[in-house]
Amino acid sequence: MSQTLSPPVERPAAGRALGRTFVSREFSVFAALAVLIIVTAIINPRFLAAQGVKDLLLNSTIFVIMAVGLAVVVITNNVDLSIGSILGLSAFGTGSLFHAFPSIPIPLVFLIGIVFGAVLGAINGLVVTIAGVPSLVITLGTLYIFRGINNAWAGSTQYFIGNEPKEFGNLSVQTLWGIPLFAVAALIVVILAAIFMFGTRAGRDLYAIGSDTEAARLFGINVTGRVVGAFVASGALTGLAGVLYASRFNSVGADTGTGFELQIVAAVVVGGVAIFGGSGTVTGAAIGAVLLTTMTGALAALNVSKFWQQAIVGALIIAAILLDRILSVRTARKLRVSEARNV
Amino acid sequence: MSNAAATTAVARPVKARGTASRLFFGRNANTVYALLLIVVIASVFVPYFAGVATVSFLLIDAVPILLMAMPMALIIITGEIDLSVASTAGLSAAVMGVLFHDAHWNVWWVFVACIIVGLLCGAFNGILITAIGLPSLAVTIGTLALFRGLALVVIGDNAVADFPVDLTTFATSTIGGTGIPTFMIFVAIVVLAFAVLLHFTPFGRALFALGFSKEAARFVGIRVNRSKFWLYVASGGISAFAGIFWVLRYSSAQSDSVTGLELSVVAAVLLGGVSIFGGSGGIVGVVAGVLIIRTVNYSLQLAGLPDTVLTIVTGSLLVLSVIAPSVSARLKLSGEKRRNRALRAETFAT
Repeated sequence: MSQTLSPPVERPAAGRALGRTFVSREFSVFAALAVLIIVTAIINPRFLAAQGVKDLLLNSTIFVIMAVGLAVVVITNNVDLSIGSILGLSAFGTGSLFHAFPSIPIPLVFLIGIVFGAVLGAINGLVVTIAGVPSLVITLGTLYIFRGINNAWAGSTQYFIGNEPKEFGNLSVQTLWGIPLFAVAALIVVILAAIFMFGTRAGRDLYAIGSDTEAARLFGINVTGRVVGAFVASGALTGLAGVLYASRFNSVGADTGTGFELQIVAAVVVGGVAIFGGSGTVTGAAIGAVLLTTMTGALAALNVSKFWQQAIVGALIIAAILLDRILSVRTARKLRVSEARNV
Repeated sequence: MSNAAATTAVARPVKARGTASRLFFGRNANTVYALLLIVVIASVFVPYFAGVATVSFLLIDAVPILLMAMPMALIIITGEIDLSVASTAGLSAAVMGVLFHDAHWNVWWVFVACIIVGLLCGAFNGILITAIGLPSLAVTIGTLALFRGLALVVIGDNAVADFPVDLTTFATSTIGGTGIPTFMIFVAIVVLAFAVLLHFTPFGRALFALGFSKEAARFVGIRVNRSKFWLYVASGGISAFAGIFWVLRYSSAQSDSVTGLELSVVAAVLLGGVSIFGGSGGIVGVVAGVLIIRTVNYSLQLAGLPDTVLTIVTGSLLVLSVIAPSVSARLKLSGEKRRNRALRAETFAT
């Protein structure tokens, strides 16, 4: 496809301007992250102690993996608000598995968690595409349905699985060349997802769908299949995050993961994925997730009241869409000017 | 449905539908019939459902949803959404607690301050959405987090519970022996006001036009942004009022007051026949939609289901209420296509 569509001619100025915007958008998130870390470290040097950094990496792992999944969905001009509930179900499912079969092999648990999440994601995707209704409303509904199922399933049960099979709990403290194993896993997820989104036809299709669904359909893209696929990917990654959550945090129960969806939406939007689809990268979303987690840690390191955290998340979402709006207005103006010159 | 109307219109050169037919057979009427059906079923099958206690328990929890559903219906009719209503109510509840308990304000001034907080929240949404042109969905997801976060900042972990007893008993009182909560009087006034505004004023009709096509609405001279802005302001003010009621009813103000109610409100509005794509809906249907959700929830509560599990029901109702019209529209469309194809085949054959 790319061969037929982009002949070896010099790219027009418009394309370069667009490319620059993307670069600057991700770069700005990264710069914000760097500034945050440096300022916090200057005020409180203990923030960058080995243990602090390790905690930071570990804590951001779960958010990074979820943010990558959600970014794939948002790029298709959809949204999945049920991921907090999917994480809860997957984490509690992991606890139940170890409770019922204490000697179950750990890779099997991971596989079950991922498939479980993928199934829940598929439900979202199928309802959204078959009924042809906004994913926002559907996943707002499944947010509560999945959470209700979790409540019915868990009741007041809390599983403390961190120590039940020791090897499972130990996963979260193991390191590979000094880097926490979980962080390595998250990095692999980000790299694979980035390659998929930029290097494969399916990935490019997702951008096309997000830019203009009708045009994508006319072009012959299997919109339904691709969108369902995006939801399945998001569900599967969230399922994986749920298993990791169960290993990292000792206890899982009925309300595990409540409210995570807002944090992840914030991470994705802050990371430069436009809420109306078609632009942004999973790498940006991952950096956004790291930024958000770092900020939570930084607030604690700076002795800011924990009560400010959610307000800051909200303010960040709004700031990010404002910034996107400003950038897109500027890009549109640039495009107009450059196209006028071409004529 | 529209198909049948069209054929009758062709057969008889009369107006497509009279007021009477619209009253008894429209989408609004269908919602009311569904409500009646559910009430009858519940009275027959759920023990203790038929009684005065039901009226008061069912309606008192409907008060905040009904209040918020009014501006929400108008906003969705214009093709936008406001997910921050419950957080706005939560913020005004937190402000109410702090001003009353820590700042020792007179309770009436506290109410005024709360409403102003709500109006400001709505104006904040409105400015971002209309003046700057940001998508309402993204903005109100942001303010959903922001306003709830500000509620946490304002009141922290505290819960204020020492409100004047006569006010808290007033909030839970009923009118005589009817079992209808006294607060329903305020709700009735709000509902009537919004019904008149939507169905009997040029402003209301403009909202439908706006939901159909923003460009067209602008061309015929509707002030698109100004209308939307004031709807968000109204939404904020009414949400704050609902927050005040919430605090008095549970005689407690805390940071998580009214959490998650936006789901019930959106579900009720869509169940009441307002199209998620904008452009159609009516207040009667929305009121019936709210009551359907409350009736189903209350009967299941009576039947012994725990509250936490009931979210499954509300969530499912929300999903069903958006799927149903879209699926029926698709079926109709595919039916028409099939008929057209058959017709064309016949024409070719002859």
